[in-house]
Amino acid sequence: MSRLAYVGVLVFVLVGTAWLEVLLRARVYARWRRLLVVLVPVVVVFSTWDLYAIACGHWTFDITRTTGVVFPGGLPLDEVLFFVVVPIASLLTLEAVRAVTCWEVGDEPAGSCVDGVRRDDS
Amino acid sequence: MTYTQLAVLGVVVVVVLDWFVFRTRLVRRRAFWASYAIVVFFQLVTNGVLTGLRIVRYDGSVIVGSSTPADSAPAFLGDGRIAFAPFEDLLFGFALVVLTQVLWVWAGRRGVQRTPYAGPPRIAMPGAAVDRPVPGSDAQGRRA
Repeated sequence: MSRLAYVGVLVFVLVGTAWLEVLLRARVYARWRRLLVVLVPVVVVFSTWDLYAIACGHWTFDITRTTGVVFPGGLPLDEVLFFVVVPIASLLTLEAVRAVTCWEVGDEPAGSCVDGVRRDDS
Repeated sequence: MTYTQLAVLGVVVVVVLDWFVFRTRLVRRRAFWASYAIVVFFQLVTNGVLTGLRIVRYDGSVIVGSSTPADSAPAFLGDGRIAFAPFEDLLFGFALVVLTQVLWVWAGRRGVQRTPYAGPPRIAMPGAAVDRPVPGSDAQGRRA
């Protein structure tokens, strides 16, 4: 049970944000290839930071409350999953804000949602 | 480098990436700050669980506050901590969120699944955008 403590937090984040994809049409999972393009460098960069911090002793983990799967360098699987789950949640939030408000983010296709006004429903 | 130094550096790096390198300039957009305000609230909750339960423990020599105690929860507020977590974690989280969103917008601009575009919501939401105004009447449809 306690082995699921860290993963439980991650599941809470995934479940807590899933409705944004469905009910607000955030369409982050729907754009899974674009999501992968984002996640690969983010996981690499932040896992590197984490490995450095672990090597320097900045922080340590209570392994008994993680899955127990640890990558070389002492990086728990749970921590790597954190760098997948939190970015997904942040993108779902950004796209949900855009879906509701039509505030621009900077990649708007021509004739779509612009400056707080929905010009079509594409 | 200490965690404090790295966390500040992380924020500087992602803002430079956002403004000068990828030129996404999310930090000037209200959509970014609205989403960040939501994310940071939940970061305080989830990170508070991870640090308050001492699943992650910090060395006091590399943060502004002191080390996570061996046998009790750290300070909830104060001693360099906010909701049990070192304030440095807020900078770490900001860097994580900004890098993610910069790459997302950049990929979209480069044509990687720019569509299907977000919205419209299936449910009514407060503060929602005006739907499909008559073309050319943008002054009417615009929200304050």
